[in-house]
Amino acid sequence: MNNLLKNFGEIMIEVEIVTGRTLDQGASVEEKLSEKYFNSVNFIELSEEDFNSLNLNDGDKVKVTTKYGCVTVYAKKAKLPKGLAFIPMGPYANQITGIDTEGTGMPRFKGVRGKVEKTEERVPTIKEIVEAI
Amino acid sequence: MALKDVICTFCGSVCDDVQFDTENYKGKKFCKLGSSKFSKKERIKSPTIEGREVSYEEAINKAAEILVESKKPLLYGWASTVNEAIRLGVILAEKVRGVYDQSASVCHAPGTLAVIEEGLPGGTLGSVKNRADVVIFWGSNPMEAHPRHGLRYSISAKGLLVKGRKDRKIIVVDVRPTTTSRLADIFVQVSPGYDYLVLSALRAIISGNADVVPEMVGGVKKDTLLELAEIMKKAKYGAIFYGLGITQSRGRDRNIENAIKLVQLLNRITRWVIWPMRGHYNVVGAGEVPAWEVGYQYAIDFSRGYPRFFPNEFTAVEVLRRKDCDSALIIASDPVAHFPKDAVKHLKEIPVIQIDPHPNMTTLVANVIIPSAIAGLEADGTVYRMDCVPLRVKKVLDSPFWSDEKIIGEILRRVEELKG
Repeated sequence: MNNLLKNFGEIMIEVEIVTGRTLDQGASVEEKLSEKYFNSVNFIELSEEDFNSLNLNDGDKVKVTTKYGCVTVYAKKAKLPKGLAFIPMGPYANQITGIDTEGTGMPRFKGVRGKVEKTEERVPTIKEIVEAI
Repeated sequence: MALKDVICTFCGSVCDDVQFDTENYKGKKFCKLGSSKFSKKERIKSPTIEGREVSYEEAINKAAEILVESKKPLLYGWASTVNEAIRLGVILAEKVRGVYDQSASVCHAPGTLAVIEEGLPGGTLGSVKNRADVVIFWGSNPMEAHPRHGLRYSISAKGLLVKGRKDRKIIVVDVRPTTTSRLADIFVQVSPGYDYLVLSALRAIISGNADVVPEMVGGVKKDTLLELAEIMKKAKYGAIFYGLGITQSRGRDRNIENAIKLVQLLNRITRWVIWPMRGHYNVVGAGEVPAWEVGYQYAIDFSRGYPRFFPNEFTAVEVLRRKDCDSALIIASDPVAHFPKDAVKHLKEIPVIQIDPHPNMTTLVANVIIPSAIAGLEADGTVYRMDCVPLRVKKVLDSPFWSDEKIIGEILRRVEELKG
């Protein structure tokens, strides 16, 4: 599967995004306004192949865009299949998750298609995210 | 040192073998999640109205006024508090003709829909620990979400008949390798959104129709499925613990329905159980209590004076998306952090009452904020463990904060006074 897209010279990849609990997110979930929580939810994990195809280095930022919205987060390399991306559940993930519940009340937290591209934009703080909604 | 036996109030495992030193504020046997729960953290210092510090009585009076003046308030959260507070909350929702919904609606509620249709062939965690020789974690990752589950019940637990890890086969089905899959004997990697098909293929094989199964199903080879089906049939006692990996992805409730049908089929051959890996320590209570009070577990609308259940309309996300509530009481939950942004928008436009021990993202949009005591540490009460076993959580520390039960009870009393 080739998920590399070229848009006017900019490199971006297409991924399927899942969100979910991590140990660090859970351990700081009662300290949502802390640095610890911010660091536990403000990133996207990409497969090594996808990470490299975007020419990313550790600490680089990416813009994640789905049909529901977009958000800037840090990029991390993880043991994932190519084309799959993971964002810890929380405010950053919820900028790009789907509101459609298909009659169940459950939003689409897993399996949202999105595009990922390298960016120089700043990762917003948690307060900035709430203000921007 | 004042070491006391306590019950952990973080995740659905509700560990009842942990200890807490009330003098030095240190825990024993806790996992990383429990340690964080039983640690000193920032608290909401005082009740406030629009940022102004007020007394509990003033905040409760204001909260009651908002609820009484609203046409249709949303009362949401409830998963991290005790049954006694939830019971009063259901009565409050009825009195103010509001909508009662709880955190499961963005968590395990699709499983509830499946259980309504199919029933739930289940068992307690104790029976799994003592008997299960095959355990499948399907779309669940206990090493991150329920870190002691494996040790106490499902992976390395020493049971009566199954003596430990060597006697137990562990299978993980997930879309990605996880910390739990690293401990598994078999890891089955499914393509995202294809769990339903994989479950259907297993049903076909086990019912003797392997010939209709193609060589590859949802990214899984037929040979792997045949091997899996054989292990499942040969199990003396098997357990499937499913997680949000299948309740929140394509298929949602239908995935669980299919998994239950698979377990029903297996029960014609041997003994299998299926159970959800519930997240918050009393998210089960947030569903069970309204079920025994008014007949439904979540998404309950009282606007006509009697309870109606309809997840398409009365879950918090649907109510907020349609802007179908004119105030909200949020207790023991943080929807601003955990709802999609389009649902959060409406919360910023209506009066919000928040009851919580800790400041969170909902605090940033709340108009009336009422701090509460931490259940299991500063307040007692009854909670349901993930397998519906009720446990009494303790109060081991004195606190200046009121319990959720007292706060909701007082709001209810004031609402009754205002309504006359």
